[in-house]
Amino acid sequence: MSLLDVKDLTVRRADGRELVTGVSFTVGTGDRLGLIGESGSGKSLTALAVMGLLPAGMTAHGSAVLDGTEIVGARDGKLDGVRGRAAAVVFQEPLTALDPLMRVGHQLAEPLRRHQRLRGGPLRAAVMAALAEVRLDERVARAYPHEISGGQRQRVAIAMALACRPKLLIADEPTTALDVTVQAEVLTLLDGLVASRGMALLFISHDLAVVAGVTDRIVVLKEGVAVESGSVRDIVYEPRHAYTRSLVNSAWELEGELDRMAP
Amino acid sequence: MKRSPTFLIGCVLVALVCAVAVVSLLWLPYDPSDTSGGRLVPPGGAHWLGTDKLGRDLLSRLMVGARIALTVGFGSVLVGGVLGVTAGLLAGFATRWLDDTISAVLDILIAFPTLLLAMLVVAVRQASLGSAVLAIGLAMSAIVARLTRVLVKRVLAQDYITASRTSGTSWPRVVTEHVLPNIWPTLLVNLALQLGLAVLAEASLSYLGLGPPPPNASWGRLLQEAQATVLTAPTGAIAPGVLLVVLVVGVNLVADGFRDLADPTRRRSR
Repeated sequence: MSLLDVKDLTVRRADGRELVTGVSFTVGTGDRLGLIGESGSGKSLTALAVMGLLPAGMTAHGSAVLDGTEIVGARDGKLDGVRGRAAAVVFQEPLTALDPLMRVGHQLAEPLRRHQRLRGGPLRAAVMAALAEVRLDERVARAYPHEISGGQRQRVAIAMALACRPKLLIADEPTTALDVTVQAEVLTLLDGLVASRGMALLFISHDLAVVAGVTDRIVVLKEGVAVESGSVRDIVYEPRHAYTRSLVNSAWELEGELDRMAP
Repeated sequence: MKRSPTFLIGCVLVALVCAVAVVSLLWLPYDPSDTSGGRLVPPGGAHWLGTDKLGRDLLSRLMVGARIALTVGFGSVLVGGVLGVTAGLLAGFATRWLDDTISAVLDILIAFPTLLLAMLVVAVRQASLGSAVLAIGLAMSAIVARLTRVLVKRVLAQDYITASRTSGTSWPRVVTEHVLPNIWPTLLVNLALQLGLAVLAEASLSYLGLGPPPPNASWGRLLQEAQATVLTAPTGAIAPGVLLVVLVVGVNLVADGFRDLADPTRRRSR
């Protein structure tokens, strides 16, 4: 049985408009799936629907089974036990994803305390270990989110997601808000951590090059519909859908631009 | 942590009035309703600030007035804060129809002038210290509730709430860990400002005779009684006026200081 099994998932707004229409995909244990599409294509909503955390007024239909629990239509209280343990999320904008009034160490301690039942000294040690794992200095623990850089904040967010020891890590455009050099560092870090823990990864991005670098399979979303899916290789070399072709072509063009400038 | 000088000045001013109120409990130069001092005695000698037109010692009456001002100020903030924060939290978390209902009630309550509300309360009960606290607190609660509701809505829309929920944090825990700490600083500043407004409101109510009835020496009443003789004996009007300003300015400065202390993003930039 796969870790995440999404079948015919549809997300509707209160006025009946469909923002995601009949999307299906599966992620097995240790799998890496990329969800790609332009902004507004329903990538993030799909991720939120999988966690049972759609914004107020939106409803999910169809089925999303996460680690054996049906998320669509489930009672909220029941999902508290599934969230974090089965899957954790890293969001796009790390500044707003961290509580501005809480020191980084305290925020990081929260999931550690809850999921690993640590207290006092061991908890403190676990916070330090979690920071070291994402290559952050111990001093960061005493800082507030606004006092550290964007890259550091995203590392903290990753550490918080990993602290839950999830089987599936959902990364929702985790590097989009970062500088290009920092982006590469964070991607390498994420890649290494997912590999070393044997986690499954659902990577959401609009950037084909980034997705191709960290995942094995890709689902292409356009206006809430999955227009194409397949292995990274197939998508990049033999795109079938017109939209996918345009995605691939523009990625190649960027690449070609750089090649031409090379000495 | 560096404190701003305005915060310290505010603390000193408020502490001054508090000290006067505490001393008034233990010692007064004269009984505030003792009329043996002679009418409109000018400041100096036996009566440091002189006497009023009935021969009562002004300093003693001012000291008792400080007690009343503080009681009404803190009392109405307590009433308005408890009612307002509760209603605001309820509306902030509520589903659509309950939110709409509470908001409609708040809008009506806010549209109601405080004075009219006070007259209603006084009509139902009697003019007393308790009525003044109740009326001012009630008017305040609507403003506090609306602020609380907006703050809760704003925090709930933040990514870190969703982020916390994705890691499996239960609702009650999200409220105590993230929502309350994030609305508390703004709320505290607002309550402090409301305290200053409440003191002023009590003075106006007393001035109009809707506050604690005589011989209660509220500052508003002192001002009203000194009105007729303001040209011949100005101390009677100036002294309570100055104290009123000292307390309200002090409270406002403290409120400003709270804002700087409570918000870590402001603390550094100072």
